[in-house]
Amino acid sequence: MSLLFIVAAFIAVAGAAGVVLAKSPVHSVLALVVNFIALAVLFLSLQAEFMAVIQLIIYAGAVMVLFLFVIALLTARKELPTSPQKWLKNQEVLGAALGLGLMAVLGTVALAGRGAAAEVPADFGSVVAFGRSLLTTNVFVFELTAFVLLVAVIGVVILVGRREA
Amino acid sequence: MQTLVVLLVKSLVLLLGLITAAALLTLVERKFLGYFQYRLGPNRVGPWGLFQPIADVVKAAFKEDIIPQDADRLVFRLAPVLSVFVGLGTFALIPLGPPVHIGGLTIPLSGAEPNAGILVFLAIASLSVYGVAMGGWASQSKYSLLGSLRATAQMISYELALGMALVSVILTTGTLVPAEMVAYQAQHLPLVLMQPFAFLIVFISLLAEGNRVPFDLTEAETELVGGYNTEYTGMRFAMFFLTEYVAVVVSAALMTTLFLGGWNGPFLPGLLWFVLKTALMIFVVIWIRATLPRLRYDQLMSFGWKVLLPVAALNLLATSILVVIGWIA
Repeated sequence: MSLLFIVAAFIAVAGAAGVVLAKSPVHSVLALVVNFIALAVLFLSLQAEFMAVIQLIIYAGAVMVLFLFVIALLTARKELPTSPQKWLKNQEVLGAALGLGLMAVLGTVALAGRGAAAEVPADFGSVVAFGRSLLTTNVFVFELTAFVLLVAVIGVVILVGRREA
Repeated sequence: MQTLVVLLVKSLVLLLGLITAAALLTLVERKFLGYFQYRLGPNRVGPWGLFQPIADVVKAAFKEDIIPQDADRLVFRLAPVLSVFVGLGTFALIPLGPPVHIGGLTIPLSGAEPNAGILVFLAIASLSVYGVAMGGWASQSKYSLLGSLRATAQMISYELALGMALVSVILTTGTLVPAEMVAYQAQHLPLVLMQPFAFLIVFISLLAEGNRVPFDLTEAETELVGGYNTEYTGMRFAMFFLTEYVAVVVSAALMTTLFLGGWNGPFLPGLLWFVLKTALMIFVVIWIRATLPRLRYDQLMSFGWKVLLPVAALNLLATSILVVIGWIA
């Protein structure tokens, strides 16, 4: 485990904690951006260069900008919004329990697979290798995802176009 | 150890060079705008007004640093730093010349040459929105907020066309690495001749991304009292200002690398060719500023979505077909 991995992992966890703990919604969004950037660094430290770049371009650069856009507009004044009525009682406890469960499962899997790491090819994670795998082995999933996106685009057009009809 | 030292020295030289170029550009732009408008421009500080940037920095450094009472202090302080960081970071991907050989070491003249190449440029550049958005929101002023929302919407819109036009370039050259794109252009033609539409789209998008005239709605002084940086003073304002000029230099350098054949050229050394071509692109940017009026906001948005993006998509389609039938290789 390299130093880079450890530092980025700590920043990622701190960012994730910031999302939950921050009082202002805009701070939550910015903490999530920090988390995403740290995740991109984690991908880099695992040789997954293409994943890191895509993580930055799509999540940090596009998705979160739209989040920030909407939330900055909704909370243009700095006063904190009053917290909504809680529909679900004890959600902190439930969330913590589920989180710990997930951590236990992932931890078990990770520890079980330790030492049995497969040999990775030299060009692992490079754009060429990634693209080849996407368009050969995983082409069905790739096309399916494109189809889902197409449905979303058509949905947007219908929602926006309705006003003019 | 040796590579680390080389990397540090190289980064320092690149950063200082970029900042100096940006500082000089503030003067050159004012001078040329002056000539365009039949006046002299700054000419009091030093010969040809050459020390004007230094005077500006000294002035900014001694100004009172005001943070509005209602501002979100942390985000307000963070925004200009982030802006400068992103602006300088994008420069690392651009090769300034052929590799240099010093004492048995081969040093490529760029900050970094990652395998994902131009995608890394897009990844870093896509973070530039945050400085603007954070600065506008944190100021807690309606003018700043409106300015930053406009700028954010504009930057997201033009990023799409930029990315799509870059894909045409990637398809043509068959590589993501800027240095290999330069090598491709040395063997074939400069890409401005092979991909004229992509050239125009990337150039227009970069103008819009950098909030330059005719897309400078971010700082439409006459309507928005300045935009996202209204509440900023002193060095913090100077940092936003510096970012914009760094963005102009980096955009011109990127255009040079992708479309004008990079450092290639006869007789003169590579680095000099690169600087000359970049200077030419910068001059065009200033020329446009002196010539064109600002677009209206709805014109800006409809141009981005209804003209630029479809043209970029068609260009990508045509390029793909040409690559498949083997006319471009």
